[in-house]
Amino acid sequence: MNNKSQSKILNRILMELRVYSFNIIISILCAMTTVYLTLRIPILTGRAVDCIVKAGEIDYDSLISVLKEMTVIVSLTFVSQWVMSRINNRITYNITKNLRDRAFGRLQNMKLAEIDSHPHGDYVSRIVSDADTFADGLLMGFTQLFTGVLTILGTIYFMVMISWKIALIVIIATPLSLLLAKFISSRTYSFFGKQAKLRGAETSYIEEIILNKNIVRNMNYEGHALDKFEEMNDELTDAAMKATFYSSIVNPSTRLINNLIYASVGVFGGLMAISGGITVGGLTSFLSYASTYGKPFNEISGVVTEFQNAIACAGRLFEMIDAEVEVNEGQESIDGARGAIEFKDVSFSYDKSKKLIEHLNLKVEPGQRVAIVGPTGAGKSTIINLLMRFYDIDGGQILIDGKNIKDIELDNLRSNFGMVLQETWLKNATVKENLKMASPNATDDEIVAAAKATHAHSFIKRMPYGYDTVISGDNGSLSQGQMQLLCITRVMLNIPPMLILDEATSSIDTRTEQKIQSAFNKMMKGRTTFVVAHRLSTIREADVILFVKDGQIVEQGNHSELLHKDGYYAKLYRSQIE
Amino acid sequence: MNFIISYVKKYKFRAILAPLFKMLEAIFELLVPLVMAAIINKGIGNSDTHYILEMSGVLLFLAVVGLVFSITAQYFSAYVAVHSAAEIRRDLFEKILGLSQGTKDRIGEEVLTTRITNDINQIQNAINMVLRLFLRSPFIVAGATIMAFIVDVKSTLTFLIVVGLLSLIVYFIMKYTLPRYKAIAAKLEKVLHATSENLAGARVLRAFCQTDEEKAGFQEKTATLANMQIATGKISALLNPVTYVVVNIGIVGLIYVAMGRVDSGVLKQGDVVALVNYMGQILIELIKLANLIVLLMKAFPSADRVQEIMEMKSDERCQEKYGDGELIIGGSKPLGSLSLKHVSFSYNGSADMDLEDINLEIPAGSTLGIIGGTGSGKSTLLKLLNHTYEATSGVVELNGQDVRKIDDSTLAWDFGIVPQKAVLLSGTIRSNLTMKETEASDDEIISALNISQSLEFVSTKEGQIDATVVAKGANFSGGQRQRLTIARALVGRPKILILDDSASALDLGTEAKLKKALTQLSWKPTIIIVSQRASSVKGLDQILVLDDGKCVGLGTHEQLIESCETYQEIYYCQYPREEASGE
Repeated sequence: MNNKSQSKILNRILMELRVYSFNIIISILCAMTTVYLTLRIPILTGRAVDCIVKAGEIDYDSLISVLKEMTVIVSLTFVSQWVMSRINNRITYNITKNLRDRAFGRLQNMKLAEIDSHPHGDYVSRIVSDADTFADGLLMGFTQLFTGVLTILGTIYFMVMISWKIALIVIIATPLSLLLAKFISSRTYSFFGKQAKLRGAETSYIEEIILNKNIVRNMNYEGHALDKFEEMNDELTDAAMKATFYSSIVNPSTRLINNLIYASVGVFGGLMAISGGITVGGLTSFLSYASTYGKPFNEISGVVTEFQNAIACAGRLFEMIDAEVEVNEGQESIDGARGAIEFKDVSFSYDKSKKLIEHLNLKVEPGQRVAIVGPTGAGKSTIINLLMRFYDIDGGQILIDGKNIKDIELDNLRSNFGMVLQETWLKNATVKENLKMASPNATDDEIVAAAKATHAHSFIKRMPYGYDTVISGDNGSLSQGQMQLLCITRVMLNIPPMLILDEATSSIDTRTEQKIQSAFNKMMKGRTTFVVAHRLSTIREADVILFVKDGQIVEQGNHSELLHKDGYYAKLYRSQIE
Repeated sequence: MNFIISYVKKYKFRAILAPLFKMLEAIFELLVPLVMAAIINKGIGNSDTHYILEMSGVLLFLAVVGLVFSITAQYFSAYVAVHSAAEIRRDLFEKILGLSQGTKDRIGEEVLTTRITNDINQIQNAINMVLRLFLRSPFIVAGATIMAFIVDVKSTLTFLIVVGLLSLIVYFIMKYTLPRYKAIAAKLEKVLHATSENLAGARVLRAFCQTDEEKAGFQEKTATLANMQIATGKISALLNPVTYVVVNIGIVGLIYVAMGRVDSGVLKQGDVVALVNYMGQILIELIKLANLIVLLMKAFPSADRVQEIMEMKSDERCQEKYGDGELIIGGSKPLGSLSLKHVSFSYNGSADMDLEDINLEIPAGSTLGIIGGTGSGKSTLLKLLNHTYEATSGVVELNGQDVRKIDDSTLAWDFGIVPQKAVLLSGTIRSNLTMKETEASDDEIISALNISQSLEFVSTKEGQIDATVVAKGANFSGGQRQRLTIARALVGRPKILILDDSASALDLGTEAKLKKALTQLSWKPTIIIVSQRASSVKGLDQILVLDDGKCVGLGTHEQLIESCETYQEIYYCQYPREEASGE
């Protein structure tokens, strides 16, 4: 990431934080108070020590007042520290929630092209972990940096006040421990890199084998897989050992330097104390400063990476929050549409450098059935993407009842299509909730009636809680075919004027398909329907058949016309009938 | 948890040395305040410059020896942690390889992968930290108290009160927050699931105009999450300030008590300083210990999750024995007959059978078609044949031998299986085709490619049979992948070839060519074809018709079209009568 975009993100972060400015100011005040109070304690301890020199030389009155002051200060520290933590918590978690909500909200109308072309796992990790890392890194980073710097400055001030000579030793020597830490970690960096690389390779291998476990089993490949894994694992172990061990040298080494500083302060302080340059109490305070002086340095050095990481995460989240959304400028409504659909000189391609659909003209009368046929991967779903405006066309017009679909309000357009896709999707909710998705007011009777029509009722009934059974994503309790039946029922409950059936019965066996045919026919009756299918029986009855090859519509016509034409369709048809 | 200890035990020696060296380091650390006290009492008190310099030598010595001990400890703990984790990882991988199909499906692939990666990394981290700190911190706390006892018996009481109080505070805060952190993690998981579910359903949700509902549902989840975090944070934010207060009030008390004792000459000024230092050390270590406990609490669920998998039942095929007899290993006969006798099967062991009383004789070299609707039990039946699943009752026999008595790798040799989903592993075409028969010759590979109708497209690839295959075989089309998986099943010339709806992505011309080539295989394997298309099974020796787990027809096409209602239904809905008769 370059500095410019980094500073841009930083500005944006500051904008986002504005809402919390009052809280942030309080938090900063608390931090300052805490630092000041915490640094006062060693001074007071020193004074207390000076009050008790030896038998007979005890200053009771001063000692008592010092101890009282300590008690007050400690109590105040408690309050300010706790208030600071609470405020910081509140800010952190609220920012995280806010960013998550906005990123998720954006997903709801982000261009589908973005969602289709982007690994979903990445979006998920932005919403889940990046939001956490950002808020944590930002706030912890900020708090640590702020209090760290204050503590260092404060410590220097107090040390100089006690004895500038000894202070000089500490101030000069401390960077040594930082340099040493830096030196070691730069050496270990390559070990970590190697560890990460090997770990990544091993993870991919694990994923592949687990994913294809049944192949591994059938191929008697377990032994080979284990051999290869062991080889990778040994390599990883070696790298992990080096990375873990060398990085764990850092702490003891810096501790050594700190201990040496401590010893020098002890010695010089002791020598000075003899000549009366410092009191024993002063030395005690000093030792206490010396032993804590190094700590903020270590923390601050970590803060820089943490900050950068937080900014990177914020950048990724902002990118998501700012992602392009679907164009939804239309106002018109097509409720109760007749379903006349016309493609006028439509051009479209996913990859703008590769032409796909060009100058497509297609006229569908209300109530007609359009079958889209062609080999797998030929782009049969493209037309559906365009109709539903999941993707916008590059040229030409698509008209529904004479209205350009760009002028129709998006939700309105979509709600006038009933869609059943090959890839079944049900949400993690009860069967009933899933079925009611398009028709929230459906009664239980209506639901059961629809499920009976699609022959879903019998298996739903057998589920542990019937219609109230929660469907959980991959628990495999439902077969693909059953899920498809549920998707059909879902549409059946509220049938819009136009239908899109993209391999809607691909996972349903022929017999069940036969059984639900009457329900299907009722559903399609009088409704303009687009059907992607590979079963001839479905295709043959269509009013218009579109044969799609390599994304292009190469043939258009009804069954007998196309047979007569003796082209791709005729060839496909004959091969199936053979 | 216990299983982790059993792994660590393998490195017993190092696992003991690591905390031991940490303790030695701690002892040296505990000596420092004593030395300082001596410097103050004798050095400064007697204005003895020489003594101070001498003591500085001691401090230097303590620091250097401390470093040596500490690095030694770090080495041993890193060694134990990394190596134990590596072994757990290896064993878990082996375990996963051996899990039964049902178990694997139930857990899900993603979960298995997370367990073997993230969870084990957590465990590694935890082992490392425990070896380094878990003994050290309590040791320092106890040590500091003992040192205080040595310096001044009377001040021990203050120490005991402070340590007791601190322990209670840490305990209660932990007790309150830890289960809540767990709940928070579970809630976060829900947010994660909601997000991925939403992404997967983007089209459907938009089609049903559900986006506002989705947003509201998500915000509800994040709101609960944030509230839980804030509420828990409120308590855990107490840890630092409260311990700070207790220790410093302890110091105040200490000085107050010491005051009189110095006056009466029992204690010296340096001793007071030493006592204050010991109190400080306790604070630092307790905070470290609290952090360690948090880390451990994160690792505990990881350990549980790994253990859960470790303890799962292995695949029934992985048994070493069946009944009293040893398994039959190797020496498969040049046959390929299968017979099923009253075979029933249920996935979850319930009385509701997924397959019921199937009886079937498949002579060696014959062909069998299995047809039936979704959920009729076709794929399940196939999995019983090669003992991927074990029949709940009844017997499956290969060459007259109960499959349960045959070693699973021996069994695997006899079956060539083309799964429904055509997936290849990353590597090369060759590495995919030689998964089973690692020594297969080029001739055999080419012959398999030829039969599966893949030779043509393979020869256009760069490197031909050594052409690269990326993960999942994504650089091949669906049809090409399917043909390659058929070739993969053919290498090694299995006695029984099973095609589980494996021609779905092929155009009909290619399918016909393939079918022809398969019937002409030189080694005449038994061929079992599962399909939803009547055309794919029509010409086979026998056709088994399944409906809802039951055999409703068995015979040739001609017999079934006469007698089997289900078969007629399937056939005629694919071939409407007029065309069927017009063929």
